Order: sequence, then structure tokens, then C-alpha cells
Amino acid sequence: MDWSWSVAADVFPMLLVGLRITVLATILGAAVAYGLGLVIAVVRLSSPRPVSLTVYWAAEFIRRTPLLVQLYFLFYVLPDLGIFLSPFWAGVTGLGLHFSTYTAEVFRAGILNVPKGQWEAAKSLNYTRGQAWSRVVLPQAIPPMIPPLANYAITMFKETPLLAAITVVELFNAANIYSNTNYKYLEPMTLVGVMFLIVSIPTAWAANRLERRYANQQR
Amino acid sequence: MDMILEFSPLLIKGAGITIVITLASAVLALTISFIVGLMRCSRNALIRGIGLVYLEFFRGTSALVQMFFMFYVLPLLGVSFSPMAAGILACGLNLGSYGSEVVRGAIKAIGKPQYEAAYSLNYTYTQLYRYVLIPQALPMMIPPFGNLLIELMKLTAVTSLITLTDLTFAAQIVRAQTGLTLEPFVLILVIYFLIASALVAFVDVLAWRIARSRGRSLKLEA
Repeated sequence: MDWSWSVAADVFPMLLVGLRITVLATILGAAVAYGLGLVIAVVRLSSPRPVSLTVYWAAEFIRRTPLLVQLYFLFYVLPDLGIFLSPFWAGVTGLGLHFSTYTAEVFRAGILNVPKGQWEAAKSLNYTRGQAWSRVVLPQAIPPMIPPLANYAITMFKETPLLAAITVVELFNAANIYSNTNYKYLEPMTLVGVMFLIVSIPTAWAANRLERRYANQQR
Repeated sequence: MDMILEFSPLLIKGAGITIVITLASAVLALTISFIVGLMRCSRNALIRGIGLVYLEFFRGTSALVQMFFMFYVLPLLGVSFSPMAAGILACGLNLGSYGSEVVRGAIKAIGKPQYEAAYSLNYTYTQLYRYVLIPQALPMMIPPFGNLLIELMKLTAVTSLITLTDLTFAAQIVRAQTGLTLEPFVLILVIYFLIASALVAFVDVLAWRIARSRGRSLKLEA
């Protein structure tokens, strides 16, 4: 089977529409993952032991089970329990929930990495707790978190094709639908792979550069 | 409950397939991790370049896309795999790219004095890796490899989309035949969690034993 440029040109506009959904799902999913991850981290650091342990095991459960099955759960089970989500929002929720258990570890490590002396210094300068967080701890905790958080966004981007399994027409599914209607498989799937590379390699390199920049700042 | 009893053979078979793909692709991924990771440490720019292309290709595209490519596109080019082979290959090739970074990172983390010591003992390049770098890098690789093993196990659920009758596929069959949703999906989530927890425990024991055996040999030397 030979590569046909006319098929490639034919499918390309549909792929661009799919790519938009993919990027949108990634951005919204990442927003959920960052917000929820921060909540999980703070609850684990500042709650009584039973609460903190419960949250830990709930997060471990999500982290040790496949995203695909969690998406099926959101898509097939929730409607039976009376909660209706569109496929797209089920996908965003699933992505965000799954990766919040990863980002929580980044937030937790980032906060714990600020030396205790910094808290004590803030206290000795008569800073309030809010000032200690906003002026002393967070400015030191956040920069080292940025590269790993960016890397999780890239990982989420590469997981979005799973949303096809719950009928979201993102980049991969757009190619798949075209393939199944026109019996052309080579061009659509190759283009999808190339598009993933075009987005993920530069972003990964950018994240890598960020990482080096923050590593240098700390020295 | 009746549903679970009636479909338990199907679910058990699915769990078995999930475990088999996990273990088989773990062996493949581990092999590729070392090959590509060591290629990336090579003095030869061409070999380093080939390793980098492998890494960026398999880490830069989605695992599902790779799997579909292997199962639906490669047969058109004259290379066909059974669903099982395509699943194992895709999982192994994909995680191998992540694993190669673990191998490279651990080897690069070893200090310069170790290289200098090896040179001063007139070790060859092979001996440097065989007796100095890899033995010291290995314990550092265990925890990140453990994390990747869980990622690999979770990735096997995706093989259900290329018609492999794994645990996720079994749950879909139950859903299609009975209309039940809560029971099959909660059940397989628990089974996946148990498999993952067993893998975590295995890696923890391995890390502990390596730490212990290294501690002993260091004491003997001292």
C-alpha cells in the first residue's frame, strides 16, 4: 500500500478539528489535575492521620488502576447512578482525576522541600501564617514544581487518545472514523503520529530547558 | 453477585491475560531500556543519535496510536501480528523508551571519580560498564523501574481496544451481555489494584534485598 498525498490532504482538515479537541481536553484536564492535586497534597500534609491516610489510599487506588477503566466508569456507570456527563467532560474529569494523584506528589514534595528554617525565619520576623505562605514558602516551593507539572501536562496530552474509547472525537478518533469510512488506514494514522511528535517533542524540550534553568537558579 | 459467579471464568481468564501481557512486555521493556539507555551513553555520535530517535519517537507519540499502527497499519505494509503479539510489542516498545531514560540517568548519576578509578586500573570500556558503572547504577534504577512497571500494567488495559480479551475486555463483555455497569467495572478496578499492589510489593522486596546485600558486601570490604 502506497502513501497517497490526496488522502492525506483529504483527512488533514478533520485531524485539525480533532487536534483542537485534544488540546482543549489536555488544558482543561491539566487544570483539574493541578487544582485537585494541590488539594490532595494540602489535605495529606495538614490533616489528622486517619483523614490523611484515607486520602493517600484513595489516591493510590486511582493511581494503580488504568485510566481507560476509570473513563469507562465515568462514562457507563455514572449515568446509571443518575450523574450525566457528556463524553468530553467525562474525559476531562477522568484525565484530571487520574493525573491529580501524580501532581499531588509534585506539590507535596515541593512544599516539603522548603527547609524548616524558612518557616522559623518567617515566624521570627513576625510574619502571619498567610504571609509566611505567600512571601516565603510558596515563592521557593513553586519554581522547582514547574518542570514536573509541565511534564505531566505533556503526558496527559499523549493519553488523550483514550478518550476515543468513550466516543470523544479527538485527534485519534477523527483519524479512526475517517479510516473506517474510507478504508484508508496508512495516511490518517501516520499523520496522527506525526502531529503528536510535532506537539510533544518541542514541548518536552521546552520543559527540559525549564528544568535546567531552575536547577541552575538553585545553585 | 450471580453475575459475578456466572462470568467469573471470563474475568479470571481476562486477569490471566492481563498478567501475561504485563510480564512479557516488562521483559521486553527492560531489555530495550538497557539497549537504548546504553546506546545513549555511547561515545559514538551515530549510536547516540539512533537511541535518541527511538526515545523521541516512542515517548513522543501516544501508546494507543502506536498500538493501532502496529495492529491495523503494519499488516497493510505486509507485517502482521496477532493481537497478543501487537499488544506485547506496543507496551514493551513504549515503556522501553521511558526505561532507557532511567538507565541513562542512573549511569550518568555516578560520579567522575569512579570513571577515573576505572581508568587508573586500566579497565577497558566494557569492564568500566560491566564492573563499575552498571553494578552501582542498578540499585538506583529499581524504584523508577517499579513506577514504570505499574504504568506498564495500566497500559495493558489499552490492548482491549485492539481486540485482546484482557480484563477490561472481559468487563465490556459482561456489560454488553447483562447491561450491568457498576459491578463489572468496580470489580475489575479492584482486581487491577490488587495486581498493581502485588507488583509494588515485589519491587519493594527487591529494593530492600539489594540494599541489604550491598550493605553486607560493603561491610566485608571495609
